Amino acid sequence: MTPLLFVLLVGCISFFAGTLGSLLGLGGGMIVIPALTLLLGIDIRLAIGASIVSVIATSSGAAAAYVRDRLANLRVAMFLELGTTAGAITGAWIAGMLHPRWLYVLFGSILGYSALAMLRPRKSVAEHGHGDTRLARRLRLHSSYFDDARGREVHYEPARPLFGLSLMYVAGIVSGLLGIGSGALKVPAMDLAMELPIKVSTATSNFMIGVTAAASAGLYFTRGQIDPFIAAPVAIGVLGGAFVGSKLLSRLSSRALRITFVVVLLAVSVQMLVRGLRG
Amino acid sequence: MKAPSEHEPPWVDAAISHLLRGGVLLSLAVVVLGLVLTFIHHPQYISSHTDLTKLTDPDAEYPHTIRGVWTEMRDGRGQAVVVLGLLLLIATPVARVAFSIIAFAIERDRLYVMITIVVLSLLLLSFVLGAAD
Repeated sequence: MTPLLFVLLVGCISFFAGTLGSLLGLGGGMIVIPALTLLLGIDIRLAIGASIVSVIATSSGAAAAYVRDRLANLRVAMFLELGTTAGAITGAWIAGMLHPRWLYVLFGSILGYSALAMLRPRKSVAEHGHGDTRLARRLRLHSSYFDDARGREVHYEPARPLFGLSLMYVAGIVSGLLGIGSGALKVPAMDLAMELPIKVSTATSNFMIGVTAAASAGLYFTRGQIDPFIAAPVAIGVLGGAFVGSKLLSRLSSRALRITFVVVLLAVSVQMLVRGLRG
Repeated sequence: MKAPSEHEPPWVDAAISHLLRGGVLLSLAVVVLGLVLTFIHHPQYISSHTDLTKLTDPDAEYPHTIRGVWTEMRDGRGQAVVVLGLLLLIATPVARVAFSIIAFAIERDRLYVMITIVVLSLLLLSFVLGAAD
């Protein structure tokens, strides 16, 4: 393969991964890393380095819209970023010490978990109104947003900020270790632990993902794992794909189609596990 | 302390939104420019089938320090321009955090100025840690 063909091919695969990741709500990294490693035989460390850069691009692009619509809570985001950035640095640091085969195993497990989580309905599961809100009040995390469906301003009061912060540290480790946004972990953490409205959790999670990814990207860059020939087409492709995905109206509401994708993703996760365990 | 505000003032939201969008567009424009320069300077990359491994191998040579990017840019290397674009992309959320310090300071919100300074320090620490590896 010539370098030009390679760049174009990686760009196309990444575009497809970005579209699919956006439609499934998984993010581009979950799809692009298996595609680069299993289809093109790229070293998983370079695939992770490329993915983390694309995560910054999509998160920042999406966050720009969420902030404008005043859905993201900037104080909640900044407070929780204490946890996600510390976690991302820890994760990227651990990744540097692990043999690449363990990255395959971890990636396969997280992909399998995320695929199964897609079967659950995407709505709030927390029983709101039980958690301790005193510290959150002192941190001034309460706010409000305009709910389109209800046609009015909705006020909310987050609970248990320290519990949320510790879960964010874990989400940050996963993000830094595997080069993914790990929104699948951030949203439930805000929903379950902090009792935030699901729309606010989703928007704030997207807003935080870019900063989390930047924390580990610094380590990946200085360690020489961000190869321009891979990272450039991945960043452009995933961002373009995510943009198109967000414009496609039906967010895969058909259950049959969703189950099909879950099966495919589970098969990919098994392949990643096998690759790791065989060494 | 003033009455707790439910929202940041509108200009903060608008500025952050523009900063993020502008950062992404600028950095990707630089990345594309760098790719074009690379292929202009190395026409063999368009036809040769043997160069790919040395470009995508874990030991491939490309700049991975800010100084390295700078010196190679002066030599007009397209790859260094691509890396500069990727660095601008990584710097976009960092710039958002830095800007938030100013925004919280204008609101006289000392607690969040402190929290944001810690987040910014962690971000800068990641570059230092990687270099020390």
